[in-house]
Amino acid sequence: MEKPASFDEMWGANETLREPYRKFQAWFDSEDPARLRKKQREAEKLFRLTGITFNVYGSSEAEERLIPFDLIPRIISGSEWARLSRGIEQRVRAINAFLFDIYHKQEIVKAGRIPEEMISRNEAFLPQMIGVEPPGGVYTHIVGIDLVCTGPGEFFVLEDNARTPSGVSYMLENRETMLQMFPELFSENRVQSVSNYPTDLRRSLAACAPPTCEGKPVVAVLTPGIYNSAYFEHAFLADQMGVELVEGHDLRVVDGRVAMRTTRGYKPIDVLYRRVDDEFLDPLNFNPESALGVPGIMDVYRAGNLTIANAPGTGIADDKAIYSYMPEIVEFYTGERPILQNVETWRCSEPVALAYVMDNLEDLVVKEVHGSGGYGMLIGPTATKKDLAAFRRKLKARPGNYIAQPTLALSTVPIFSRAGLSPRHVDLRPFVLCSPDKVEITPGGLTRVALKKGSLVVNSSQGGGTKDTWVLED
Amino acid sequence: MLGKTANGLFWMSRYLERAENTARLIDTGQRIALTRLRSGEEEWIPVLQSAGSLEGFHNAYDTPGPEAAIDWMLRGRDNPSSIMACIFAARQNARLVRTAITGEVWEAVNATYMMAQDLLARKVSERDLPAALSAIRQNTALVRGMIHGTMLRNDIYDFLRIGTFLERADNTARILDVKYYVLLPSVSAVGSSIDNVQWESILRSVSARGGFRMEYGSEGGSQEIAHFLIFDKRMPRSLAFCVGKINDNLRYLNAGQSKPSKSQKLVTYLETAYLSHGIEEVLEYGLHEYIEKMLELLGELAGQIQLDYRFYE
Repeated sequence: MEKPASFDEMWGANETLREPYRKFQAWFDSEDPARLRKKQREAEKLFRLTGITFNVYGSSEAEERLIPFDLIPRIISGSEWARLSRGIEQRVRAINAFLFDIYHKQEIVKAGRIPEEMISRNEAFLPQMIGVEPPGGVYTHIVGIDLVCTGPGEFFVLEDNARTPSGVSYMLENRETMLQMFPELFSENRVQSVSNYPTDLRRSLAACAPPTCEGKPVVAVLTPGIYNSAYFEHAFLADQMGVELVEGHDLRVVDGRVAMRTTRGYKPIDVLYRRVDDEFLDPLNFNPESALGVPGIMDVYRAGNLTIANAPGTGIADDKAIYSYMPEIVEFYTGERPILQNVETWRCSEPVALAYVMDNLEDLVVKEVHGSGGYGMLIGPTATKKDLAAFRRKLKARPGNYIAQPTLALSTVPIFSRAGLSPRHVDLRPFVLCSPDKVEITPGGLTRVALKKGSLVVNSSQGGGTKDTWVLED
Repeated sequence: MLGKTANGLFWMSRYLERAENTARLIDTGQRIALTRLRSGEEEWIPVLQSAGSLEGFHNAYDTPGPEAAIDWMLRGRDNPSSIMACIFAARQNARLVRTAITGEVWEAVNATYMMAQDLLARKVSERDLPAALSAIRQNTALVRGMIHGTMLRNDIYDFLRIGTFLERADNTARILDVKYYVLLPSVSAVGSSIDNVQWESILRSVSARGGFRMEYGSEGGSQEIAHFLIFDKRMPRSLAFCVGKINDNLRYLNAGQSKPSKSQKLVTYLETAYLSHGIEEVLEYGLHEYIEKMLELLGELAGQIQLDYRFYE
């Protein structure tokens, strides 16, 4: 199979400047590259000073790294965004309805749209959540939908992040950095603001407070601690929202409520934005070894005295095996055709699909069903013979553990390199907030870029960088 | 405020203060060594004692000399009170309390850490030492300035101040203790002979030379120096000044409560029983014994504050 040429979001398919980039291009042309290089270094210094770093797991020292920031923005027109956000809203509403359904009557299974074992034998399905009513009926308070683009207006959903999506701090800090470095760009281009996100997040979380909550809801962010790779983001969000940042050992169940240890005794919490995985949340109900959680928190939750955001058990909705059913899920719960397309997906658990995947391995991307972060995946076209053989063995041994997708011709956006503008592959993660009466999508999101020429892996843990993402006012 | 946050604020400022004090101790030690004709390792022993890290030093170096002593205090890998270790710990605590401090304070702490990492990546040569020490003191002063200039005067500020002054009082008491103990081991010898260089080293290690001379001209001797460093409430590193500040901040923390906190009671006891006398009485009691008692009570006070404000549980 010929590797298809990629669509460049700035220069289109045939070197014609696309409209959203018109003003930016004029500005860029008039800039001295030496000045821009200096600005790029300044930006890095600024990131280091403000501490926008992530910790690298598995490295010998508690090393903190910067995610490289590229100063060329990724620009999306207002009309394109409008369609994207309609699609995202539809998808997120469907995900919430799906979660409610599978933890209650499981109509979708009864209707034969999803095989029963996809739910009951899924590790991300939490039996402890069966019959539980999350406050306000919201399961996924915060969602990050990973999109890829393959042509003008052709967006596909690559992944739904319905557990604890991260990266929103980069969306905010990247914009902040651009505003500081190039204020003139923002007076020429009408870029929709992202800065309300922390306020919106707090309001949205407070709107999901349990019905027993009296007065102003007390919100807190739960972090695994300063050694977690995303600690900076946890502290950043708590700081921006003006709420406490707590760890498991700051919390305890007091009189049927979850409360935090303050200098004046224990103070109850109404809404906990947790950045700790389900299994570590409650040593009494899940992993007994967990020191990150709060013993008994699930009992308080089930009694309706606490909102946990996102609700425990939402992982079932962003599992890669469930992903392949998303078109059915959207149709089943909204009665509409999905606005955003899924990437074609082969479920290796099905013999016909497995046979196809085995025959076409060198053209496909194979992913672990429960994997994330770009680990444990195979990219057929760039894999060595040895890698391919190893993956064939894995597929044979545990086919149900994998899905496969075609290698998409991901779009590119230029980065600022030594040679000037050089196209690199990107993806996009917009951030979505759900409260009982609305779904809000911040205009923009996190654009991740594979800095290595030709690479399709955008994960920060594997050499990816980020860009500011602009949504223009039309 | 979370108990954990109070703890983080307290230790962030303690570690910054400790880093600065260690820088001052090295500076003094180096000056003494340079102004004396006989060069000697023994010059550094009291300095290391003041920093509380003599024992670790002997274990860490096969050939302990002045150079090794300086390296140990600047960046000794196994020295928890080396400047590098203190600045690292201050930054870890600042990360922990990131939501309680202003962006300016965080950036000043982070910049201090970045500066130290850069400066202390390799052994610091003798000729680079003065500049390195001065950069460290300037940076920690910048953090203090940012705290002063950008933080609300609330309980967050109180815990930062309490940490600073507890550490500072502890440091001053230690310097006094070591100097008396080493130089004038028998109490009866106190006040008998004045070794100018040694006294000057004490004043220098608490940045008090100028203040003392302003106050006493060239008249002051050992007794005046002891009085100055223990009782003078105008001297920002004296025991009385530091303990007074701790008392003030504990009172602010307890505002609105009907009864004084346990730590308040303890600090008030410390003030009345040990800081409302004259230097003569102290000398009679035994300066070494007095300082030891002081160090013990300061430790107890830190423990009580930690309990009163639920640092750990």
